[in-house]
Order: sequence, then structure tokens, then C-alpha cells
Amino acid sequence: MDLNDTPEQAAYREKVRSWLEEHKGEAPVLQGEGALADEDEITAARRAWQGRLAEGGLAGVTWPKEFGGQALGPIEQLVVNQEISRAGVPGILDAIGVGMLGPTIIAHGTEEQKTRYLAPLLHGDEVWCQLFSEPAAGSDLAGIQTRARQEDDGSWVLNGQKVWTTNAQFASYGLLLARTDAEVPKHKGLTMFIVPMDAQGVTIRGLRQISGEAEFNEVFFDDVKLPADAVCGEVNGGWGTALTTLMFERVTIGLGSEGMGYRSDRFAHAIAADPEARADGEVRHQLGEITTELLAIKFSGYRTLTALQRGQIPGPEAGLAKVTLVNAAIKAGDLIADVLGPEALAEPGEWSYMISFLPGLKSAGGTEEILRNTIGERVLGLPPEPRLDKGVPFSELRAKEREAVAS
Amino acid sequence: MNLALSDEQEFLRDAARGALTRHKTIEAAREAADGGSLPDLWPTAVEAGWPGLLVSEDNGGAGLQPFDAMLVAQECGRVLAGAALLGHVPASYLLDRGGYSRIGEVADGSLRAAFCAARPPGDVVTEWTVDPRRGLARGQAPVVSGDSVTGEVPWVPDAPGAGVCVVVGVENGEPVALAVEGASVKDVSRYDRTRPLGHVTFDGAAGERLDVSAEEIGSAWYIAQALIAAESVGTVETGLAMSVEYAKERFTFGRAIGSYQAVKHTLTEVLRQVENAKSLLLYAGWAGEAKADEFPLAASAARAAAGSALDYAARATIGVHGGIGATWEHDAPYLFRRAQLSRRLLGGTHDATDRVAGELLASTA
Repeated sequence: MDLNDTPEQAAYREKVRSWLEEHKGEAPVLQGEGALADEDEITAARRAWQGRLAEGGLAGVTWPKEFGGQALGPIEQLVVNQEISRAGVPGILDAIGVGMLGPTIIAHGTEEQKTRYLAPLLHGDEVWCQLFSEPAAGSDLAGIQTRARQEDDGSWVLNGQKVWTTNAQFASYGLLLARTDAEVPKHKGLTMFIVPMDAQGVTIRGLRQISGEAEFNEVFFDDVKLPADAVCGEVNGGWGTALTTLMFERVTIGLGSEGMGYRSDRFAHAIAADPEARADGEVRHQLGEITTELLAIKFSGYRTLTALQRGQIPGPEAGLAKVTLVNAAIKAGDLIADVLGPEALAEPGEWSYMISFLPGLKSAGGTEEILRNTIGERVLGLPPEPRLDKGVPFSELRAKEREAVAS
Repeated sequence: MNLALSDEQEFLRDAARGALTRHKTIEAAREAADGGSLPDLWPTAVEAGWPGLLVSEDNGGAGLQPFDAMLVAQECGRVLAGAALLGHVPASYLLDRGGYSRIGEVADGSLRAAFCAARPPGDVVTEWTVDPRRGLARGQAPVVSGDSVTGEVPWVPDAPGAGVCVVVGVENGEPVALAVEGASVKDVSRYDRTRPLGHVTFDGAAGERLDVSAEEIGSAWYIAQALIAAESVGTVETGLAMSVEYAKERFTFGRAIGSYQAVKHTLTEVLRQVENAKSLLLYAGWAGEAKADEFPLAASAARAAAGSALDYAARATIGVHGGIGATWEHDAPYLFRRAQLSRRLLGGTHDATDRVAGELLASTA
């Protein structure tokens, strides 16, 4: 058991650190004095910075060399993440593309697709977005209704709606899961597509949330024409392709284990400044519980990494980390607002923003309830819920649903 | 970075599991609750070399780290084995470092030690204190003068029958550790018979002053916190396994109860809490070995998480089993008894949680 770097890792860390030291002046300033304010400028600067990181070997660390990566392991990716954070510079803009969508194309794409798309993705020249969730299909992702119909010439026509799409407003491409056969059970009739976001019939609309800001988008597809070679993976084999993406999503979350800025020291600052609060038994108890949970996630992340390094599949600690993180952060928001009073809810403001963001995050990547079902069944081996959709063709399923709602 | 157990650690853990399965400890817990006597597991501990785990090799011990002792404690907790390690191991840590004259006997187990702990000062209570006999106010640590000590330490784990007590007292405001062989111990074991307890009183008793620093005396407290955390994790794992098996076999309204979300989510919550606690055991083990300034935070966090997990799991185990889980014949009540008592020993789970906040706030100031 050792949390220190091996000599090789220490040498790698030193290399990364000195690169960042040399180049950090080129990084966009996002906070404090001289910070960029204009959204478009920020995006452009962050894309350029991603390009610099890629040239320096600090993006796509685990990607194969032939696609511009470093062919290194998850531990080196963690070293890079830690050093970027230490240097106080932004990371790559397209974490979803580099962490999840690019690796999916590497696993399932054609040679032409890999040659065409991977290098611009890695360098931030073309940003990608993930077009999976829909208004009526989130946790039950295989229930999506966006349809792709194949024409006689082999091309496809796409109709439907996606939601919760990060970065869609400036993305060049999206990886989209669509239904291509409704006459088979739902997991079997899905296909993954590569969709140009500037295609005719694609409409992107910001989705405002509780905070009033739009972190996500809704994307509409009206008779969008796609060529035959837009399919990524097998036709009607899209579920397997999607599972690859979701597997990389878990790895990405594991590597970001110190999680999204929800750190206990940040919360402690707000409380430590108030002498009454820091001596109050109830406040201390809450803070102690929150801190305990956040510390646990940090070390659960290290356990996940240890497993990845040894070529093992991460254990239950990986899947449960999100549940712990979101709930601990929610408790922290409540505690801080209890201590600071209504002032904590001033807008714009650090705490009001966090408090507004978390209720939605609870359902991101699958609701907590579904996640607990999955872990209960896959990890503990408990019997599944009775399912009414097993083996039923999707079209029949939809008809039954409509009937049930109408009656 | 690598949080995997070493081959030696896996061997230690597996050997502990093997040695303990030779005793029917949970059945013994039931019989003891009915007035029977518990099997004496000390010879098993001695044979396995556990008394000397934290004693340096020069003094006849294994020279291992707190995490190694935690692995053994976790196995003890898994079968509710009362092997007296919670008392002996933290005491042996101070006896080894403090130049105790009979350390060889402590290492080989011919002399069993108990730890009359004092809680290190925090940011709110700034004295060294002991658990009170009753109530919320912390008790005053015994007073040391030269090589004699006066005062009382209530609710000391494994004190009855111990050959030597390591007592933490205060002299001129500074903590001092003494090894006392003639302390008066009143057996006050209750509710969880697998955990012997004693009120230990020192009436000007003479002892051997141990040459240890305040930081080392503090570490002994946090080693005890880490051990009780590890034990608790072992007990939760037993409760979870028992509950999962039952949830697959027991049917209501035509299906296994484990298929109901209410039951499944309860058991997933046990898993979530125990996995968090296991992650924190690794943190405590690492800090105990290599990051002394974080050991108070890490050990307290492990205790807090494991204590909560045990409370939740003990009740969930009874709940999942339904009425039968609350009967004398079932094993669940003995996990529950363990949870009820553990949560209130060595400062209590609640105090560990407060210490996490205190450490965090202190590092923020």
C-alpha cells in the first residue's frame, strides 16, 4: 500500500510539471483578474489550449499512439489531472469527447472514421457531444425514440429529440443513439451514428435549469439526412457501442475522483470564518459527516485506480461514488446556507449556484434509484425487479404504454 | 500509487480468518449472553503472533504497521471474536516505544495489556479527557505524579484479566503514559458479552513511566479508533452477506424480497456505507504508516464511517430478516449488540465525527 509515485511515475510527473510551468502563460484565464468574460471567447481560448495540451502530450494520455495519444495508463492520466489542477490552469475543453466518445470510436469505428475524426477531436479543433438521453429515456436509455430510417440508397433519415447535451452549442459532431428497428425488443434495434451538428434539420436550444443558466442543451432532429457511413459500429448493434461509452464514462469519473470541486476544505472555509458556527455541535457534526463522505470518495477513487492499473474491473466503490458525492454536496449546500442565512442564496453566487445545480446532478448519468437497482443486482447479486419489457418488441411496448396512460 | 494489499498482508488476513473459524464465536456470543462463558481466544491470538504485531522486531515483535493490525481486527469483527486486541494492540504500541521492561512478554502474549485511553485535546475541549461513567461531559484524565497515578478510566475494553494497564494521565498539563501492573479493575461487561469491559481505578498506584512523546500518546488513541473501525467493517460484512442470502431465499407475494426496491436499496446503502468505510480504512492505514499529520483525521473519519455503517447495517440486517431477525435464536441480534456498545466506546462514533470536523477546521484556520 503506497500512495507515493514510483520512480517512473515521479519522472513522468516532473516532465508534466515542467511542461505546464513552461506553457501555463498560454492558458486562458477564467477566474480572477483579467478573466475572459465572453462565452465565445472562452470557448475559443479553451479549444486552443486543448490543442496545446494535446501537442504537449497532456490530452488523450491513455489513447493509442497512432491516434495522437501517449499509450499510457490511467495512473499517468491521474498524474496529468493532478498537475493541471496544481498549475491552476484549465483542463481540456472536450473532456466528454476525449474521455468517452473518442475511445468509443477507437473501439467501434471504421478505419476511415478514426482517420477523419480522432485527431481534430483530440486537439479541440472539433468538439463533440453525446446524444444519448431523451426526454422520455434517461435511466432506461434503451427506451429511446429518436428514429433513423434507412433509404433505398443506404443513407439514413433521422427524426427525434435529445436532451441534457453538454457542449452541443459549439460542437461539430455528436455521437447519437437512434432506433433503427422498432419491431424487435428495445435493446436490439439501436444503432450509433456520427452526426454533423451543422447538418440541415438540427436545432440546438439551451436548456435553462434552476440557476437560470443553461449548462445543457436540447437538440432536435427533423429529417436530418445522414450518409450510410455515418454508422459507428454495427447497424442494430448500437447498445453494445453505447455500453462502451458508458464504461469509459465510469473510468473518467473514477479519474476525476476528487470530484467536480466539491471538496471539504472549500466548504470548511465558509464555516471556519464564523466563530459561532465552528463551535456549534450540530454544525460540526454535519461538517464531520460530509467530510467523512468526501474523504471516502477520494480514497475510493484511488481504489478504482489501483484496480484499473492491475487490469481489473473497478469494484462497487466506483459506481457508488457518484451517489455519495452528490448527496454529500447537497448536505454541504444545506449546511452552508443554514450557517450563512439567506445571504448564501444571493445570485449570482458560489453557493446559490451550487445549491441550484445539485438537484439535477442527482439524476445525471442515471437516477440514484436506478443506480442502486443496478448495483444491488450486479454487485450484491439480488434478484431483478420483475420487468414487463423483456423480449417485447419496442413498438408493442410503446403501444402498451400509451394504452396504460389512456385508461 | 497502489492501494492493493501486499502478499504478506493477504496472508495475514487469510491466516486470521482461518484461525478464527476454528471457534464458533457467534454461537458463543449467544451462549454468553445467556450466562455461559466465552471461549478464550487469547491462546489463538498468541499462536498467530497478534500480540506482537506492532512491537518492534528488536523487542520480539513483528514490527508491523497499524494497517496490519487493522486487517486482523476486521477478521475478528467478522465473527464477533473477542481476541482482546482492541485493548492490547494500542497499549503494546506505547509499551514498545516507551522502553517497558517486560516488553518481550507483551510481544509474545504471555503478558496481556489493556489501554486506558485518554482522548487528545481538540479545538473545543482542549484537555486530555477520558470517557465518563455516564452523561455527556468528558471525564478528567488521571493525574500523574512521578511514577504514580490517581484517577479513574471507565469502560476500558479488554481490561478484565489484563496483566498490565497502560494508562494515559496528565502531569502539569502534559500527557504521560504509565504501565501499571496493579490497577484495580471492576468488570462491567454488558450488553455485548464478546467485548469485556472494565472500570479501571488508580489510587496512587505505582507504575513504570513510559518514555513516549505526546504525539505518540495521541497516536495510540487513533490506533484504537482505527482498530474499532476495522472491526466494525468486518461485522458489517457479515451482516450484509447474511441479509443478501436471506433476501434471495425469502419470498413474499410471489417473489424474492430482494427483488423489491425497498429491500434492494436498503442493502445497497449498507454496501455504499461499508465500501466508503473500507476506503477510509486504507486512508487510516496509509496515514498511520506514512503521513502522521493526517492520522488523526484519517482514523477519525474511518471510525465515523465504520460506526455509521455498523449502526445502519445492524438495524438493516434485523429489518430484512423480519420478525425472526429480532429473536434470540438468530445471529442478527448479536451484531446489533456489538453495534450498540461499540458506538459508545472510546469516545464514541459521534465524537469521531466531531473530531473530523475539528481537524478540518483547524487545517483551514
